[in-house]
Amino acid sequence: MNNLLLIVVGGVLVNNFVMSQFLGICPFLGVSKKTETALGMGMAVTFVMALASLITYFIQTYLLLPFGLEYMQTIAFILVIAMLVQVVEIALKKISASLYQALGVYLPLITTNCAVLGVALLNVREGYNLIESVVNGISGALGFTLAIVLFASIRERLAVSNMPKWMNGFPGALITAGLMALAFQGFSGLL
Amino acid sequence: MKNNRLIKVFTNGLLNENPTFRLLLGMCPTLAITKAASSGLGMGLATTFVLVFSNMVVSMLRNIIPDKVRIPAYVVVIATFVTIIDLMIKAFLPALSSTLGIYIPLIVVNCIIFARAESFASKNPVLPSIADGLGMGLGFTGALVLLSSVREIIGTGAWFGVQIMPEGYQPMAIATSPAGGFLFLGILLLLVNAAVQYIERRKAQKEEEIL
Repeated sequence: MNNLLLIVVGGVLVNNFVMSQFLGICPFLGVSKKTETALGMGMAVTFVMALASLITYFIQTYLLLPFGLEYMQTIAFILVIAMLVQVVEIALKKISASLYQALGVYLPLITTNCAVLGVALLNVREGYNLIESVVNGISGALGFTLAIVLFASIRERLAVSNMPKWMNGFPGALITAGLMALAFQGFSGLL
Repeated sequence: MKNNRLIKVFTNGLLNENPTFRLLLGMCPTLAITKAASSGLGMGLATTFVLVFSNMVVSMLRNIIPDKVRIPAYVVVIATFVTIIDLMIKAFLPALSSTLGIYIPLIVVNCIIFARAESFASKNPVLPSIADGLGMGLGFTGALVLLSSVREIIGTGAWFGVQIMPEGYQPMAIATSPAGGFLFLGILLLLVNAAVQYIERRKAQKEEEIL
């Protein structure tokens, strides 16, 4: 139980995927102009990351390890994730049209979110069991959601403020992210 | 004439459309592994290898792969070369392999490689595609080495592991911390933006003078 708690606190705050491990930077910079879309992206990623942790765990233990195919890990995982995203998209369309509408464009983008492949690889590397893997996936994704929503709300403010000409756009956004990462470093004393 | 075009394609990736500074692609490795110049160089060259070969294969197969399944097909091609380079680094450069960690398999989801396969290799013959992969890869490598050199020199006083700052230099730990990655990339981008704007303004002025 303690172990799981450590994974949750670690994933959301201390080893935050975006702020300290640099996973999922592309959507973090790309889909963070508005708070609502950032939240939608966060939710979609949480869903996919939890499922990806679960399925890649089964693939690793029951397919790759027994047949000595560990070197196929990268190819197997990325194909599973790409398929998973597709399945989630089709399923959502049938089950909940409103959620599908809300997430819409962000779903296919998740395939190339390195946080998803990253969490699958990290689970294997850390030797997590089934429950730990899924908890790690969910807490990592919640950390991603926290970071992207915070960042989007700062950027909404930045858009209307008067910045030096050269800071406009990405340089300003990156320096803002740097200051946020500095704040997240403060959590490192927690564990 | 033909050589000219290849050189143009090659330098396009190196400068005009530098993936890091101009297109802002492949940000995850750019931020994550640029703590030391040597890992920046290793990551850059590994990505270049994958980029050149995936561009080559995608370009060779461009008339065979059906349009509808092209993305999964690219994924398989890219993942194959990433696996090759991953195993090679593990075998010959174990030290580099442990510093780069999961970021080597994560080359699979580097958007630079997807972007080049989709926007260049799938529409062009083999030779220009290889030139494009090489140019983009070396442009990416150059950007990584630049950023990681700045971070390593300020953060530890050394460059490629060799002490180059004077004895009394107090290293600024923030440069090698995660926050430093964001801050220094932001500052570099700012300088590049400023330089580009300056050059464009000079060009416009010159044209006015001629008129």
